[in-house]
Amino acid sequence: MELHGVQKWYGDLHVLQDIDLTVTRGEVVVVIGPSGSGKSTLCRTINRLETVDEGQILVDGKELPQEGKALAAHRADVGMVFQSFNLFAHKTILENVTLGPIKVRKMPKADAEALAKDLLERVGVAHQAAKYPAQLSGGQQQRVAIARALAMEPKVMLFDEPTSALDPEMIKEVLDVMVRLAQRGMTMIVVTHEMGFARTAANRVVFMADGQIVETADPESFFTNPQSDRAKDFLGKILKH
Amino acid sequence: MSLEAILDNLDEFFKAFGYTLFLFLVTAVASLILGTILVAMRVGPIAVLRVLGSVYVTLVRNTPLVLIFIFFHFAAPIIGINFKWVQVHIGTFDFTSAFATAFVALSLYTACFVCEGLRSGVNAVPMGQAEAARAIGLPFLGVMREVILPQAVRASVPPVASALIAMLKNTSVAGVFFLAEATATMRGLTNDYSSQRIGIFLCFAVGYIVLVEIVSMISLALERRWRIA
Repeated sequence: MELHGVQKWYGDLHVLQDIDLTVTRGEVVVVIGPSGSGKSTLCRTINRLETVDEGQILVDGKELPQEGKALAAHRADVGMVFQSFNLFAHKTILENVTLGPIKVRKMPKADAEALAKDLLERVGVAHQAAKYPAQLSGGQQQRVAIARALAMEPKVMLFDEPTSALDPEMIKEVLDVMVRLAQRGMTMIVVTHEMGFARTAANRVVFMADGQIVETADPESFFTNPQSDRAKDFLGKILKH
Repeated sequence: MSLEAILDNLDEFFKAFGYTLFLFLVTAVASLILGTILVAMRVGPIAVLRVLGSVYVTLVRNTPLVLIFIFFHFAAPIIGINFKWVQVHIGTFDFTSAFATAFVALSLYTACFVCEGLRSGVNAVPMGQAEAARAIGLPFLGVMREVILPQAVRASVPPVASALIAMLKNTSVAGVFFLAEATATMRGLTNDYSSQRIGIFLCFAVGYIVLVEIVSMISLALERRWRIA
């Protein structure tokens, strides 16, 4: 997947400035940076929940479709996990996971349910399948959201601050699922503030500030020897505690 | 107070409310369908349909219902739109041009309020629900049908029920336009039995109250049943 010269403005605010980024198959890229640096926006442009004003986004060498069926098909191949989980509130946990396979992939209901149970087992919430999202804890909901995305058998998974809305003790259960996913070779783009996850699971760390990619490095050298002042400043603030 | 007028004309009394009820039921179905189509146009991605939807709602909602009745009774036939071909007879009920015209006028009018009630429900569904639905690859209609409308409908039960209750009482306008529904029949009886006006009036008032209460109770029951777990 490649981004070339991507630009985006919100009115006068230049939220994405000349973004170039290439992510290869099986790679885990962690995007970090201060709030308002454009990292969530970047993540959301990849399945066109945000449009871009200039530049190209290529997936498997093909340009991102603008709208309609082609865009829907693209989104089906890109898994997305949101900060606020966004599980379908009126559907059970099982129905949340089977909706995509049944309606988009046209999978028979029984097969979709078998797949969903398998995935819910993998993320550790299989016993909650008949409940509604509001009856689950945040950590459980987020793991269901990951299962829902995986049910589409995506080529790449986008995580938009997946643990930012969670209590500390629930963060680990979600990160564990993500680490296992990374180990299985899933291509992942993860926007996060979890430096521990970046260190253990990332192949590459992308540091963003003020709408620009300031620095790109492997995690070890980024955390021990950041090059830019902006990154040094950021790491100094968050690693102090 | 004497109730002879009603007791001697019970069949007429019930038949009158029968027309009111029939008109209410068919109009409710039609305005719910049309209202759903309108709301899909208004919140949809196609700009032309969005504009058409808003123009329709603005135009029809801002027109007094009586004017819409007058249009279909007196203006529309001149440009070739009439309902004289409607001749349905069920039991002692005759559904003819007066009924069909009332049905069309009321449905077109009520659909606006249903649409706006549903739209308030759509607005109550968090943005993230639509984003998540799009993110798994559902097209617009799938997002609406599977995720947004089921939740929007729950949130819009009270405003849509209000629109339907208002419509139930608006069926009385059809009484002015040649349909022997409850209000027209009441006026006939108060003319024939002028000494019993208060009793006649109260009986018809109770008839309307009962019907409206039934609609309110159905609405409450739906609200409870569809409450999100």
